[in-house]
Amino acid sequence: MRASFVARPADAAQVADVLRVAAAHDLAVVPRGNGTRLDWGLPPSRLDLILDLSALDRIVDHAAGDLVLVAEPGARIADVQRHLAAAGQRLAVDAPAPGATLGGTVATGHSGPSRLLAGPIKDQIIGISLVRPDGTPAISGGRVVKNVAGYDLARLMCGSYGTLAVFTRLIFRLRPLPAARAFITAPVLGPSLATPLIEAVATARLAPSAVELDLPAPPPDDAARSVACPQGAVVVLVEGSPGGVAGRASAVRELLQKTGAEEVHVRAESPPWWGALPQWDAKPQRDAKPRSAEPSADDDTLLRLTFVRSGLPEVLSTARDHGAALRGAAAAGVLTAALPHAAPDRVALALAALRTVCARYGGTAVVLNAPPEIRSAVDMWGPIPALDLMRRVKQQFDPSHRLSPGRFVGGL
Amino acid sequence: MDALAAVTSRVRTLLPDHAVITDRARLRTYECDGLTHHRVVPGLVVLPETADQVAAVVAECARHQVPFVARGSGTGLSGGALPHAAGVLIVTSRLRRILAVRPEDERAVVEPGVINLDVSRAAAPYGYHYAPDPSSRQVCSIGGNLAENSGGAHCLKYGFTACHVLAADLVTPDGDLVTLGTEAPDAPGYDLLGTVIGAEGTLGVVTSVTVRLTRDPEAVTTLLAAFAGTDDAGAATSAIIAAGIVPAAVEMMDALAIEAAEAAVACGYPAGAGAVLIVELDGPAADVAAELSVVTRLCTDAGGFALRVAADDAERELIWKGRRSAFAAVGRISPDYIVQDGVIPRTALPEVLRAIATLSADSGVRVANVFHAGDGNLHPLVLFDAAVPGQEQRAEEVSGAILDLCVTHGGSITGEHGVGVDKARYLPRMFTDHDLDTMQLVRCAFDPAGIANPGKIFPTPRLCGEVPRKHHAATEPARDIF
Ligand SMILES: Cc1cc2nc3c(=O)[nH]c(=O)nc-3n(C[C@H](O)[C@H](O)[C@H](O)COP(=O)(O)OP(=O)(O)OC[C@H]3O[C@@H](n4cnc5c(N)ncnc54)[C@H](O)[C@@H]3O)c2cc1C
Repeated sequence: MRASFVARPADAAQVADVLRVAAAHDLAVVPRGNGTRLDWGLPPSRLDLILDLSALDRIVDHAAGDLVLVAEPGARIADVQRHLAAAGQRLAVDAPAPGATLGGTVATGHSGPSRLLAGPIKDQIIGISLVRPDGTPAISGGRVVKNVAGYDLARLMCGSYGTLAVFTRLIFRLRPLPAARAFITAPVLGPSLATPLIEAVATARLAPSAVELDLPAPPPDDAARSVACPQGAVVVLVEGSPGGVAGRASAVRELLQKTGAEEVHVRAESPPWWGALPQWDAKPQRDAKPRSAEPSADDDTLLRLTFVRSGLPEVLSTARDHGAALRGAAAAGVLTAALPHAAPDRVALALAALRTVCARYGGTAVVLNAPPEIRSAVDMWGPIPALDLMRRVKQQFDPSHRLSPGRFVGGL
Repeated sequence: MDALAAVTSRVRTLLPDHAVITDRARLRTYECDGLTHHRVVPGLVVLPETADQVAAVVAECARHQVPFVARGSGTGLSGGALPHAAGVLIVTSRLRRILAVRPEDERAVVEPGVINLDVSRAAAPYGYHYAPDPSSRQVCSIGGNLAENSGGAHCLKYGFTACHVLAADLVTPDGDLVTLGTEAPDAPGYDLLGTVIGAEGTLGVVTSVTVRLTRDPEAVTTLLAAFAGTDDAGAATSAIIAAGIVPAAVEMMDALAIEAAEAAVACGYPAGAGAVLIVELDGPAADVAAELSVVTRLCTDAGGFALRVAADDAERELIWKGRRSAFAAVGRISPDYIVQDGVIPRTALPEVLRAIATLSADSGVRVANVFHAGDGNLHPLVLFDAAVPGQEQRAEEVSGAILDLCVTHGGSITGEHGVGVDKARYLPRMFTDHDLDTMQLVRCAFDPAGIANPGKIFPTPRLCGEVPRKHHAATEPARDIF
């Protein structure tokens, strides 16, 4: 969809100005960070004005002694991490794609490997400044980690896909960079070995910072599958003091070997795909490139699968049966699945099967991103409890439905 | 018949007799929570035994526009569970079943009246526990914890209640029973649960809670260190954090708080200490050992003395007993006291403590300090004797001035005890009308009639029917924004 206007405000005051003008002219507005995930969710049902937030990319304040960062939403996660690392600190937020911004990642509520120990992205935000669709600026939270004064709007904004308000400033809690880290990698060919490895590590008291699974898509036809299954891996991250990490890394290695892994490597560096969405690392950056109507090899369907841990074996085998590549925080119960350029009816089948299995284990399967012909053929979000309350919240914040209309659950 | 009488007669047909209290003497037992100087006798008390009963009672309240207030164990310190004279108090003490403990999924499902510590007890045989540990954990309820987003000493490392609740069933102010969140992480849709947590019962009544269970650490070490004063103890805290160590807990008590704790529970803190620091480290044994040696050195460098590492669980318990009993213990050295709860950025600690000491000296009001030093959450205990005319008012003034100190240093008026009725008037010191209005948009979505725990948190309720403010583009300054 084409917008009539693009506005690139330089600061929060200008964001409010733009939104006030848009309100006065009844313009539908879609905020945009760096555009890496602009196409997630449903396409907006109306679009007059793109609010390009890329100029709001400053690190406003890094209070190192207090382990607090104040930044604008357009700041790129990679730049922020570089800045923090110089002071021996980091933000427990992973960039899901090259160029991903803080704001976009908050808006989509996407958390990466560090969620296992540090918690999801919503646990890292302690304050937010936002502008309502009518141009009213507001804040919630603040600059201190412990704070229960007033409602927590940051959590509400996290994962709201930009449908309630435009964020102009985000405040995060930080963590010290560990003195040492080790990535312990066990190659796996499929779920049968991956599952026991993940369970063994998750229940041992080795305090891993992350337990990630990476399984490339199986070859398309059954005959090929048994001969040449591409190799995947279970990777465990341990962090801490040098002595402690060395000890735990060998404990993890022994545990993995005892559980059936044949060759286990311990490395100081992360694998290249760490934190990236499945298959995105292997592809050129799509960076806000307008999507063509023609399906291309780029057009994977991306699903987010969630489940409690006992669901891991069934979720993995169901996803594999439908040809998915998988990656994510397997021990935390969150995986991203990529269905490589599958036809709409096959995606629909896979989605139905995965929804059933995930629901059995307290979770969901949602479509994060898909080519247009698939978006129109499937229910992207699936059943959403308490949808009526969500509608009422949207109605309060955006009564004329002008902010990213139709992008979110239930047409919100 | 007035509205409350109408609700009462309907409720009698919905709930068993023993679950409905109308007798004035019995109603009085619910007149306050832990903030005892605010008292209101509730119009009606109900003790539902099922979620459906809660929903039925709330639906009646909605039909007759009668306010309702949820109450867990009544240990709240901001008057959050203060009843409404013409309203219904919904007490969860009979909703105390632990519905499931599933260590394989790291989850437990409990009713809201379940006592915090009982969740950890139920998980203990499997080597798991429920991480948020308010000092009141032996008596406070999970529903109350959720409503206050309660913290505890170990929240420094493990996060507060909001980080450990995955899903909850909520009776909305319309009387509908809805499920918010999923047992798995990352439920799609708006994170309504994230807003209900910490909303102090103003968005409905929670009837079931799914919490995360945390694996017990391999090793735990508790260090007690004495210092000449809070400046040195504060310097030690900053040094520990700067060294990249995240202890499970860092708690500080000043001389007056130590005196009170000794008088109450004989916790055996070092004699002559102007401040003590409790540092707890947990995790894999080798890491804990390495961190302990660093922490010991940093404490000594900052002037710490009489360092003591708990040799066993009994000794650890004694060290913690002094800290956990501190609020009540102050009753030993003062007939009355105010428990304050404010937050400052950790680096402002020495400056703010000095300012509190000055306030105390200038006003003649004694202040004992107990706090979660690791995250800058202060609990100044402001001492007074209500029998002496003027003392209470002076104590209130000092207590309010301490909150001002927190706000001017970029902090918060409450870190874990909530706003309730006590601090609603202070909220505008942190937030503008626009901010409070925006928060209340959520309130309007859940509770347009304003019957869920009215009068709490917000100093002025927002009228939900209000037409959104009109903006006239013509009056905006002409700027070339497109
Ligand atoms: C000695 C002492 C020590 C304390 N230490 C700490 C501490 O370390 N950390 C800390 O955070 N707090 C602490 N507190 C405060 C208090 O214990 C907590 O706020 C606790 O969570 C309150 O739980 P409760 O069950 O007593 O709730 P109540 O006091 O009964 O209610 C508190 C609030 O929760 C609401 N509520 C209760 N149940 C529900 C429900 N089912 N659905 C919706 N709303 C509900 C009420 O309406 C009210 O607003 C302490 C209190 C005392 C007395």
